[in-house]
Amino acid sequence: MKYQSQKVALYYIGGALTLFLVQVLVGVLAGTVYVMPNLLSELLPFNIIRMIHTNALIVWLLMGFMGATYYLLPEETERELHSPKLAIIQFWLFFGAALAAVVGYVFGIHEGREFLEQPLVIKVGIVVVALMFLYNCTMTLLAGRKTAVANVLMLGLWFVAIFFLFAFYNPGNLALDKMYWWWVVHLWVEGVWELIMASILAFLMIKLTGVDREVVEKWLYVIVALSLFTGILGTGHHYYWIGTPGYWQWIGSVFSTLEVVPFFAMVVFTFVMVWKGGRQHPNKAALLWSLGCSVIAFLGAGVWGFLHTLAPINYYTHGTQVTAAHGHLAFYGAYVMLNLAVFTYAMPYLLKREPYSQALNQAGFWLMTGGMLFMTFALTFAGVVQTHLQRVNGDDYMSVQDALGMFFWMRLGSGIAVLIGVILLLAAFVPVGARRTVPKAPIPTATPAE
Amino acid sequence: MNAEPHHTAYAEPDLSRDATTADEESPADWGALSALPGNPLMWILILSELAVFGAFLAGFAGARLMQPELFADSQAQLSRLFGGLNTLVLVTSGWFAALAVRNRAEGSIGRARVWLAAAGGLGMVFLAVKAVEYGGKIDAGIGLETNTFWTLYYLMTGFHALHVVMGLIVLAIVGWKASLENLETGAAFWHMVDLIWVLIYPVVYLIR
Repeated sequence: MKYQSQKVALYYIGGALTLFLVQVLVGVLAGTVYVMPNLLSELLPFNIIRMIHTNALIVWLLMGFMGATYYLLPEETERELHSPKLAIIQFWLFFGAALAAVVGYVFGIHEGREFLEQPLVIKVGIVVVALMFLYNCTMTLLAGRKTAVANVLMLGLWFVAIFFLFAFYNPGNLALDKMYWWWVVHLWVEGVWELIMASILAFLMIKLTGVDREVVEKWLYVIVALSLFTGILGTGHHYYWIGTPGYWQWIGSVFSTLEVVPFFAMVVFTFVMVWKGGRQHPNKAALLWSLGCSVIAFLGAGVWGFLHTLAPINYYTHGTQVTAAHGHLAFYGAYVMLNLAVFTYAMPYLLKREPYSQALNQAGFWLMTGGMLFMTFALTFAGVVQTHLQRVNGDDYMSVQDALGMFFWMRLGSGIAVLIGVILLLAAFVPVGARRTVPKAPIPTATPAE
Repeated sequence: MNAEPHHTAYAEPDLSRDATTADEESPADWGALSALPGNPLMWILILSELAVFGAFLAGFAGARLMQPELFADSQAQLSRLFGGLNTLVLVTSGWFAALAVRNRAEGSIGRARVWLAAAGGLGMVFLAVKAVEYGGKIDAGIGLETNTFWTLYYLMTGFHALHVVMGLIVLAIVGWKASLENLETGAAFWHMVDLIWVLIYPVVYLIR
């Protein structure tokens, strides 16, 4: 860490990890309700539990992206952040809005549009937060060195904010509503978030492997081009059954099938960089998370996405547990692991200590990743059985759910494993007692570029 | 896991050290793509386009197997003449683009621009023929949703026509910034548009 203002990232990482814990705790609760359906049904109905689980996820991922940006932007642009103070105010506003939204959900205050349930005030708050963030980062970028990593990252972040504006457009026609709803949901996770993912991975590869920036940038451009080429028209795979014309089945099937390509390119990219890189970076855990990120994203987003993306297959599997399997592994691989990779990389610098608790961190990695993979397999089998019983045989929904009970128990078990993994990871991050060692040689003092 | 001794401080690794790679690969190396004319990123795009149109052609073949009669009846309404004419137009246009590159390589920007303009002109002829063809179909009440054959016909030829429009823009840009590399890059895109038509024409119009 060379710049003082990078320290603001600590707020965002702390906030993100807090919400991560909330998300996983509530996820375990939701998994429990699946096997004990009447649990808390009056006090905290399942739809609210699910809302907290998904919203906490999205908010902490965004908070993590912001933290990652505040951490890497000074190093990329070779100057201090435009305003660290603004970044801190922005954090508290964002964190406060997130908590207010969660408390509101518990009391039933929400707009009821999946993933975009935030009341209007909160949505406006999110826009204000995004504008503060983009202003701060764009001013930093404009004044400093413009690397491909910083440019692609900022492009992605700008489009995240622009596409969020479609959350304010809620037409009465349900087909139109869904059409624009996907402009937020799909064009985020299968479009512009991939730009953020690719650029942060590129940053980590430069730092961890020591491969030339030019080589990394070349890969970055290719991955970004492939993501946009496949991801934008890939939106069509959400337009099969919402009232849009039938030709979307062809457009969606063809382009979304190719969405696996940029994810595969990211696997090749990370492994080739590590293989070529000469540097033995001491932070092995950060490298493990980076490689794990590209691999699990390829499996979860790429392979599990392809499983049910072709229209004739999706006709049967739509909205079954196959979707849940894909959703869990894709979000975990692509964006949870990406954030945890950059946190794992940045924390030792931010806390000024050696990455002492790497063993704990890596144990967390294997427990979480193993848990998520097991959960994905359990839900995939559940989805296949469900598809057959419900969509082929025509059994009714609730009796099919009963038949899936065993898989839901397995999912709960794997969820608990993930929770333990999260706790191990947090323990590895939190600087307590003996692990807070003072480095034996001084950490180089920050030398601001200005 | 973390076997190395902690005798060094966990400081930022020295970024000035050129840790790259012992091998002699230069940063500008694109592997197999380096050997191709023009910008390597264009070849990534060309490969992606071939994948997309290839998937559509495979989908067309699959759908045709499922509904052979519907496809035969619908295909009979297509004008092989218009399709054939457009094939001649586009292939000739591709030849003109190649001549533009050759002239630029020999040092004459002026003549290169003339050939590029000729290539672009034929591109517009292609679009005009296409418009007449579409007009006839629409007058006959055939639209994007008529049946699977026509959905795929409009999607494939429509996407292709959009690429012709894009190609005209690309040709205009490389005619303006007429370095040899730019011309090669633009001509590569134009040949791709060409190639895809040469695949679409037999599969959609001819094969019975």
